[in-house]
Amino acid sequence: MRMSSFFFTIGQGFKSLKRNRWYTLASVATISACLFLFGVFYSIVTNFQHVVKTAEEGVSVTVFFNEGTTEDIILATKALVEKRPEVRQVVYVSAQEAWEGFKEDYLGEYADGFTENPLEDSANLQIYLSDVSMQPALVTYLESLSDIRLVNKSEVTASTLVGVNSLIAYISLGIIAILLLVSIFLISNTVTIGISVRKEEINIMKYIGATDFFVRAPFVIEGIIIGIIGSIIPLFIIYIIYNKTAVYIAERFAMLNSILDILPVGTIFEALVPISVLIGVGIGFLGSVATVRKHLHV
Amino acid sequence: MEKVLRKKKAQRSAYDDDIITLDNVTKSYAVGKPALNGVTLHIKKGEFVFIVGDSGSGKSTLIKLLLRELVPSEGTITVMGHDLGRMRHRNIPKFRRNLGIVFQDFRLLKDRNVYENVAFAQRIIQKSSREIRKNVPSILATVGLAGKYKSKVTQLSGGEQQRVALARAMVNKPTILLADEPTGNLDPGNSWDIMKLMEQINENGTTVIVVTHNREIVNAMHKRVITMKKGVVIYDEEEGEYHDEDE
Repeated sequence: MRMSSFFFTIGQGFKSLKRNRWYTLASVATISACLFLFGVFYSIVTNFQHVVKTAEEGVSVTVFFNEGTTEDIILATKALVEKRPEVRQVVYVSAQEAWEGFKEDYLGEYADGFTENPLEDSANLQIYLSDVSMQPALVTYLESLSDIRLVNKSEVTASTLVGVNSLIAYISLGIIAILLLVSIFLISNTVTIGISVRKEEINIMKYIGATDFFVRAPFVIEGIIIGIIGSIIPLFIIYIIYNKTAVYIAERFAMLNSILDILPVGTIFEALVPISVLIGVGIGFLGSVATVRKHLHV
Repeated sequence: MEKVLRKKKAQRSAYDDDIITLDNVTKSYAVGKPALNGVTLHIKKGEFVFIVGDSGSGKSTLIKLLLRELVPSEGTITVMGHDLGRMRHRNIPKFRRNLGIVFQDFRLLKDRNVYENVAFAQRIIQKSSREIRKNVPSILATVGLAGKYKSKVTQLSGGEQQRVALARAMVNKPTILLADEPTGNLDPGNSWDIMKLMEQINENGTTVIVVTHNREIVNAMHKRVITMKKGVVIYDEEEGEYHDEDE
């Protein structure tokens, strides 16, 4: 292909956007609408997952040891537990630290009456999980170890979080399926309009001896540009809405700040930008190929 | 090997003589009678041929077959040595570049100007920008549109639009010019202008095939006339004339 033909083809793609401005607008609007819905949904789900993850990270299993168990044995147990894949972190709390914590939390100045540590046998391991759904398996394992007196766990919290996680997964799948169907419907309608607009033009090109590549290339370039524009617009809108919403939630629900920790927009956009642009370009590319394909056999 | 060479030689000699050959060609669609039924035709290089006949006579099907838009159901069509029935899809664009095509409804790219419409045909065959800048004004001058190269085609009269279509068809110097009802949307004055341009193109060596309903033009030009009726050729006359359906 000559360089002049190459630039001509690219130029035709850009010119075509202007020539068929209504089709361009309709296509950009369709892609933007789909990606806007996707972006909003993605932001909500990602934040929700973040909240659940934060809650999960706070869930711990506490292991107490038999009377007289030495610190060496406790630390050996700690090393053993740390090797398990579902375990994120193990914190050793000595009897002294347990007593100090108790005093601070519950006794305050009344603690002065105690001369000895009443929690002498309360040295424990606090185990934090990377996957809260694995808590029952971990508890079974811990209970099978020697020197262990008690395993404290919150079954309700763990099972609630596991339930919320599965609920998010199901809702995500459902909404993605609906979005996908809506997108396919909207895009196929737009492509149908495109076909009726372009049918004659494609026929003329074919009659005068244009190759399939020559006919297709400007349409594909046009489709990709539409896809890029169609993905940038919703990203821009989401950026503004997201920031405003984050500020609103932080101010209005200040007391829930520890639970409702909204992710910074940068974190959301790290993945949302490439995904949206990729989907936009993909839709534009496939839409344009589908538009042209039917009419190439003239 | 020798057999293949002999076949190729035979094909070449046939091409030297006949530029278009239809050998017992039938074209049937899914329903109804065949649009073409056992048509045999030979058109020589440099000929000017009118194809006439009423609606449903098979003229449009014949044009579509020659453009390789359709393939025959039976028989063979050879154009410039190419067996169109056996031609692969990827070879069709290259084949069509040897044909100039003019339609009744002009089929111009309406959102582009006169120059761009004609230049487009040159872009397709990957002519350089320099050659395009040389060839397009030259062909526009030939069809009398040198002064209107910047006009949008929608701003032109029917006669002018057909001249643009003719310029586009001729700019790549095709071997054959196919015109499907080129005067169908034109007044008598413009019709004659277009036909004279086609005659001039023919005198320069291009084979011209014109499908038309225009009795006056056919009778006045004294060219070969092929008359079709219900998918068969009923007359094929040198310096012929337009026959009525009931003749």
